[in-house]
Amino acid sequence: MPTSLIQPEFLVKIDYDKCHKCGRCVQQCGWGVYSFNERPIPDDSKCRACHRCVTYCPAHCISIEKNPLAYRDNDNWSSDARKAIWRQAETGGVLLTSMGNPKPYQRIFDHLVLDACQVTNPSIDPLREPMELRTYLGSKPDSVQVESDSNGGFKLAEGAGMHNNIKLDTPIIFSPMSYGSVSLNVHKSLAMAATRLGTLMNTGEGGLHADLYPYQDNVIVQVASGRFGVSPDYLNRGAAIEIKIGQGAKPGIGGHLPGEKINKEVSSTRMIPQGTDAISPAPHHDIYSIEDLRQLIYALKEASGYKPVGVKIAAVHNVAAIASGIVRAGADYVYLDGFKAGTGATPQVIRDNIGIPIEIAIAVVDQRLRDEGIRNKASIIAAGSIRSSADVAKAIALGADVVAIGSASLMALGCHLCQSCHTGCCSWGITTQKPELTRRIDPEWGAERLVNLVHAWSHEVQEILGALGVNAVESLRGSRERLRAIGLDEQTCKILGVKPAGM
Amino acid sequence: MTQTKYATQPIEGYRHVAPEVRVEGDVTVIDSNAVYYKELNEAIRGAVAGGAKHLRIENVNGQRYIGTGLAGEDVRIEVHGTAGNDLTMLMDGPTVEVFGNAQDGVGNTMNAGRVIVHGDAGDVLGYGMRGGRVYIKGDVGYRVGIHMKAYESLVPIMVIGGNARDFFGEYMAGGMLVLLGMNTQFADQPLVGSFLGSGMHGGTIYIRGTVEAWQCGKEVGIAEATEADMAELTPILADYCEAQGMELADVLKVPFLKLTPFSHRPYGKLYAPM
Ligand code: SF4
Ligand code: SF4
Repeated sequence: MPTSLIQPEFLVKIDYDKCHKCGRCVQQCGWGVYSFNERPIPDDSKCRACHRCVTYCPAHCISIEKNPLAYRDNDNWSSDARKAIWRQAETGGVLLTSMGNPKPYQRIFDHLVLDACQVTNPSIDPLREPMELRTYLGSKPDSVQVESDSNGGFKLAEGAGMHNNIKLDTPIIFSPMSYGSVSLNVHKSLAMAATRLGTLMNTGEGGLHADLYPYQDNVIVQVASGRFGVSPDYLNRGAAIEIKIGQGAKPGIGGHLPGEKINKEVSSTRMIPQGTDAISPAPHHDIYSIEDLRQLIYALKEASGYKPVGVKIAAVHNVAAIASGIVRAGADYVYLDGFKAGTGATPQVIRDNIGIPIEIAIAVVDQRLRDEGIRNKASIIAAGSIRSSADVAKAIALGADVVAIGSASLMALGCHLCQSCHTGCCSWGITTQKPELTRRIDPEWGAERLVNLVHAWSHEVQEILGALGVNAVESLRGSRERLRAIGLDEQTCKILGVKPAGM
Repeated sequence: MTQTKYATQPIEGYRHVAPEVRVEGDVTVIDSNAVYYKELNEAIRGAVAGGAKHLRIENVNGQRYIGTGLAGEDVRIEVHGTAGNDLTMLMDGPTVEVFGNAQDGVGNTMNAGRVIVHGDAGDVLGYGMRGGRVYIKGDVGYRVGIHMKAYESLVPIMVIGGNARDFFGEYMAGGMLVLLGMNTQFADQPLVGSFLGSGMHGGTIYIRGTVEAWQCGKEVGIAEATEADMAELTPILADYCEAQGMELADVLKVPFLKLTPFSHRPYGKLYAPM
């Protein structure tokens, strides 16, 4: 019998007539696809189609194709389903994968279109007129107090209840990705970019490496159930503190960074011994209720001189009621993570089958908080596959204050979405701790690409605002009247609070 | 030992007022009677920032977060009354001594310091605790010592004088938990509940007396404490006895069991990477 029934998913083809025999492909591949015997010889079964070799081959002579003969056509028993069964029959294991849910669920963002001004209400030219993207993250006062300035006008009263807000120059922040799941150079790239952009990066649950201290004013420090690296010093360094309850790629389950990834450096920021598994329990064991959550929120405030404290949850069925509880518990923001969010490692069955779309979650949470008169008490951050500036604008129109980007930011750093982060061998040097791979990302290069991406999206959001005839992103927030649905059923439109196109 | 002062009149809710602070010799005395935790803790932090090394908090009646996030190895705080939830959470150095009982979450994510409770305590003590010592005189509730972890020179130690309930030492990743079963109000019950050390993947649990295998998580190996183990444990017990006013000889009358995990990677084989 063969050791495995699973046939290679991809075929690596080299045009040897063009090949320089330089061996660069051998050196570039993180998964050891190539051996070299006078010329490169690929082992198809190891290929994950990350395209590192293709990108770096000086002769452009490598092509990677889907193996057309691997699985006989069957619409019911997909090739993925058969591959999974064989893998489990071989191992008896829970299938572990990474990145986001790739299944062909409906993408609601792609069924929403934005409005524009024509004739009766002039549009604004964002190139020549001011177009405000500044966003304040945090709890807003019930009413604004003003006082007179010395010139006979008015200004916001000192503090005015806004003192605990974080000023962002754009409504786009970077989502939490722990050092350990990604490399230190990725963390540095994100931190440097966040500082230059006037926005935030987020440590994830792996602690804050000392190399990031210079950027700490633009860092959210996360507290997850494993409490890795959480110390008074850590809390005091962050601009805000985030309690992680769940994440969209794996709602309801804990995290588990395997011992192989806990090298000396990772162990020092997580403050655990090298080589042991870093296990984050599924729940925080000091949170079994909204009252307990309130207790932790205020413990973190007490320990940090009353910094803003947010709570991150996965978008699940009852998300509106949960978010209401979180806001009532005293959170300064609620972070909603939709079911297409990425991750460094997650059981496939969880990634692909649990949670709800972020579009729905934003709409129902925004509506619930408005209905209860507490929308001002907390900001909403939305994440979970924000793929473009259009998604940013639509998320804000549905009710988000801020969006967070994770997968998109990794793509800016070279990620090719091969869904192999859990192997720890990322050829692009992103989700790995192997020094020969992590040095592939120069933080300066990474920061520049991230800054470019967020600048580009921010400009595009300004273009959209101009077309809508508004001059501040604040005016778009929760403005669902500026959205229309195409091809969504009546019930979904109702839940989103969006009319179908033509109405 | 200072005489405990309890509230003399019924407390009707908490008031958002700064507590009364007075200085008696080198002791800063804070009367927390009916004062909301926020103002109380502000006063404590303010006193410590102002150079106070010895504080006595009187009339404590469930106020939360006493000592939370507080730093300073030479700071000593006496708490008279019942300490509220998350006592000494994230604490980094001070010594806190409670003349009374404590509620849930003592030593939550604590980094360093000493906590001595001359009474019982509630659930989830020492969650994610990374260093320092917690000495409870009496009984404790559920999930005590959960996910304690050690890192280099930081090794957390918790000694419980009475009984403990279910999930003692759950997910334990490092440090030491000691259960004596001596000063208990539940002498007719098993000294520890079920699921002892479930998910344990590091650290050590010492039990004075016996536990049955069925009480333990499947990750836990049980052995009699060896001479070398007792050499490690005895100085800690001596320190505990001194803090709690007990006789070391009494504690050592009954042999100890040592519980350790079978593996530092209990779930290493659970997954099949795609
Ligand atoms: S990188 Fe391209 S040119 Fe160089 S050995 Fe590999 S296939 Fe040939
Ligand atoms: S981060 Fe690396 S391993 Fe993960 S999907 Fe992207 S390219 Fe693949």
